[in-house]
Amino acid sequence: MKVKRTAVVCVLLAAVLSLVPWQARSQPRTLRIGFVSTLSGGGAALGVDVLDGFNLALRHLGNRLGGLPVEVLTADDQQNPDVARSAVERLLRRDRADLLTGIIFSNVLLAVGDLVFGSGVFYISPNAGPSEYAGSQCNLHFLNVAWQNDNLHEAMGHYAQLKRYETAFILAPNYPAGRDALTGFKRFYKGQVVSEVYTRLGQLDYSAEIAQIRAARPRAVYAFYPGAMGVNFIKQYAEAGLMQQVPLLLPGFSADADVIRAVGKPMVGVFNSSHWALELFNPINRRFVEDFRRSYNRVPALYASQGYDAALAIDHGLRAVGGDLSRKAEFRNAILSGFDSTRGRVRFNRNGYPIQNYYLRQVVESANGEVVNRLVGTIFRNHGDAYASQCRLR
Amino acid sequence: MAGGLVVEQLLNGLQFGLMLFLLSAGLTLVLGVMDVVNLAHGSLYMLGAYVAATVAGATGSFWAGVGAAVVATAAVGLVVEATVLRRVYPRDHLTQVLATFALILVFNEGARIVWGPQALLLSVPPELSRPVAVLPNLTYSAYRLVVLGVGAGLAVLLFLVIHRTRLGMWVRAGASNRAMARAMGVPIQQVFAVVFALSAALSAVAGALLGPILAVQVGMGEDILILAFVVIVIGGIGSVKGSLVGALLVGTVDTAGRAFLPPLFAQLMSPEAASNLGPALASVLIYLLMAVVLFVRPQGLFPVRA
Amino acid sequence: MRARNLSVEAGRRAALPWPAGVGRALLWTAGGALLLAFPYAAEALGWHFYLSVATKAAVLALAASGLNLVLGYGGLVSFGHATYYGLGAYTVAVLAREGVQQAWAVWPAAVLLCAFAALCVGAVSLRTRGLYFIMITLAFAQMVYYGVISFKQYGGQDGLRAPRTDLGLPLTDAGLYYLTLLLLGACLVLLWRVVHSRFGRALQAARDNELRAAAVGFPVYPVQLCAFVLSGAITGLAGVLMAHHTQYVSPNMLGWPQSGHLMFMVILGGVGRFWGGVLGAVALVLLEEVFHSATVHWQLFVGLVLLAVALFASRGLSGLLEGRLR
Repeated sequence: MKVKRTAVVCVLLAAVLSLVPWQARSQPRTLRIGFVSTLSGGGAALGVDVLDGFNLALRHLGNRLGGLPVEVLTADDQQNPDVARSAVERLLRRDRADLLTGIIFSNVLLAVGDLVFGSGVFYISPNAGPSEYAGSQCNLHFLNVAWQNDNLHEAMGHYAQLKRYETAFILAPNYPAGRDALTGFKRFYKGQVVSEVYTRLGQLDYSAEIAQIRAARPRAVYAFYPGAMGVNFIKQYAEAGLMQQVPLLLPGFSADADVIRAVGKPMVGVFNSSHWALELFNPINRRFVEDFRRSYNRVPALYASQGYDAALAIDHGLRAVGGDLSRKAEFRNAILSGFDSTRGRVRFNRNGYPIQNYYLRQVVESANGEVVNRLVGTIFRNHGDAYASQCRLR
Repeated sequence: MAGGLVVEQLLNGLQFGLMLFLLSAGLTLVLGVMDVVNLAHGSLYMLGAYVAATVAGATGSFWAGVGAAVVATAAVGLVVEATVLRRVYPRDHLTQVLATFALILVFNEGARIVWGPQALLLSVPPELSRPVAVLPNLTYSAYRLVVLGVGAGLAVLLFLVIHRTRLGMWVRAGASNRAMARAMGVPIQQVFAVVFALSAALSAVAGALLGPILAVQVGMGEDILILAFVVIVIGGIGSVKGSLVGALLVGTVDTAGRAFLPPLFAQLMSPEAASNLGPALASVLIYLLMAVVLFVRPQGLFPVRA
Repeated sequence: MRARNLSVEAGRRAALPWPAGVGRALLWTAGGALLLAFPYAAEALGWHFYLSVATKAAVLALAASGLNLVLGYGGLVSFGHATYYGLGAYTVAVLAREGVQQAWAVWPAAVLLCAFAALCVGAVSLRTRGLYFIMITLAFAQMVYYGVISFKQYGGQDGLRAPRTDLGLPLTDAGLYYLTLLLLGACLVLLWRVVHSRFGRALQAARDNELRAAAVGFPVYPVQLCAFVLSGAITGLAGVLMAHHTQYVSPNMLGWPQSGHLMFMVILGGVGRFWGGVLGAVALVLLEEVFHSATVHWQLFVGLVLLAVALFASRGLSGLLEGRLR
């Protein structure tokens, strides 16, 4: 009996001891990047794309950023703010990450932002670009290399306005980026919004909403659904026979390679907006697209380009400060003054969000039967965001 | 047009309700006959969906996937019954809860190891991925109609088994009074194994059929499991009839709440606020329904226990 | 009567798993000193992260101990204790949003709110038994969960930041650790006294045989209701501490997985054993931490350990420490 008790106590003690970080701190000149992203569940395609893009850039840069050897510590946030918070705490306090990146969903980012900024660590966003951090809550430690949440939707709103659709039915998940999305769309679309529907984030069955659309008989439908949500919405929209009746307008998030792969032919003909496209003509993009296809055996979606660009931006900033992240203002300003990306040279507003072009793309079936996005035209040139004037930085 | 909307939402509610029924029928039998709280029921549903997705992907036939899912999940159910559940039959509910919760963790992580962390997207069989006109002016997804039909067919089949066969008689006897049934010579051990395999097979059908409508991912079983528990408590533990009524009630209330409440509230407040309140209230409605049923009829709508 | 004596005895045995006398006193002192010195050691060794793990474990120990009162001593399986845990936490965040950050106002408000919620839920639920009690507590918890997420202005699904309240002096991480230990200790003393009072004996008598307890003349319903309210209040206090610890609250704190998590801690530690809640919470946090730092598939191993405990050690860790396997 005593033996068993002793055994239990020993096991518990061993467990505690195993947590002690015995190994000496690794060489100080290694840059530790905490990469928190959605790598499981319905949003995983996005996280994996960003991660693969990021890793590809690292490979192209010889596994160094700004001259420093890099160690990437990945963590899966499971698209859950609580999980993300403990992952970020682990990265900051236990692993002492020097810089964080990777978050896909804006609700996740907003839940961990104060933790990251409060520790004086930079967060370089490859995706989530909530309006909160663009306006009065803008932060020295926050930069987004991709877009502000509203941007792609503003472009699509502008397109719907140009096409003179009199009425529109608009939908998005009920989370910060979903609300930003419809705000952005309405900022440029001046027709009548017959219904504005917010669904639960992660909802996968849209039969109730599709019945509402059918009953409302709008001239156009605009839906922002990233990842598996988008795949299901579009499939069900097509299966209900609505694709031929009401044109579906989408942001690039719901109409890029990850969604096209899963939905296939029914998507042909759909128009969507993006800040990036496969065929953008510059050497960085060409190398990115070719090597991505070769390395991962799939077509990159816009998320992958954003992950790639995040690494390029960090590299650019670190070069300017000689790898010394404590020179915060210089690091930030180096990136803000512009870096070369898959979209060419990107400039920024003082709130840390890009000023760039937004394009119109259409999903087409190519000669060899492959369904891909084709660049059609430019919707906005040198377009910023609506919140920069509220940012009091610098 | 409003009529069309109501019919379409009703079909949606029925379809969701019937799938809930497939899940809760097994759960209610396991709980009623075996007196086991099986939290891992949702994991069997998940397993069914994964197997269906894998086999459908490999063979190209969706229905082969469904068949494989049923067989494989029933087999796994038998193994789980023999290795874990048999040990916790005599224990209290708390031990069963801990053991089956542990099973959830093992199944979830196992699925992650075998199938990877990303969600699998199962496709509707091509011959069904088109709309069908059910009313003039109303087209509905052919696949959803088939799901409805399969659900209804299985419900009828289950009733015939429960009420017309010897096995069904034993099951009913076990649910109403286990000790008496054993004394009367019902081979309880075998009945338990068959009931558990049956419940696993039913949840696999639900998982496989819902796969193309939802997505096949780790954790898909947990939320629907709680709804299934709500259904069987409303219907009365051990009663298949009760779980059918409960499932249809919950399915319709949930769909109606999501469909009709937000537009109603949108008249009064901002769309975001309405979208927050509407579905939340619909969910509250389900639990309120359960609390009221329990308060008025503590044994559920169709009590079984003698 | 015999059953009652047995459970009191069991409680004592559980409380004193170590040899009596000098050895025991030494162990208690050493353990206490270790706990008190931990923040300094953590600071010196750069294990800041593990101070946060320790605080989390202590908070969860408090919540689980609160639940153990009804679950273990009352035999009432509440599948909705996340309600009190979450409401406690949300009170901190919501009051902060409304501009109230004085601890003397926020803390009592949170605990009173949880006690009141427990009173309402308990008053209705305690009329049912067994599985139906489990389900009706779950139903109330889900109603509160959906109620909270319907408040758009308090974050809805997205959660809400919860700045630490003003205690009159700055609340550092180490300070929060000590505060949590202090409150945990105080609540454990309170629980010890409750469990070993006439009230506690009545509660356990009702658990062991309700008919007999009522026949002897114990007011079963009021006793159980009081225990339920006390349990809700203690779990709510844990929620307040958790909000201070993470400085962020989310609806997940109110969801059924959270209720389940609390329940599993108690079952793991030992249902109805005095140290069951503490042991279970500390063990589960440790278990998750150990496996999490070793492998991405940590849930598999946590699951296997829980399964082993369920199948082979029905008295939980307390039972193991008492050296008596089933």
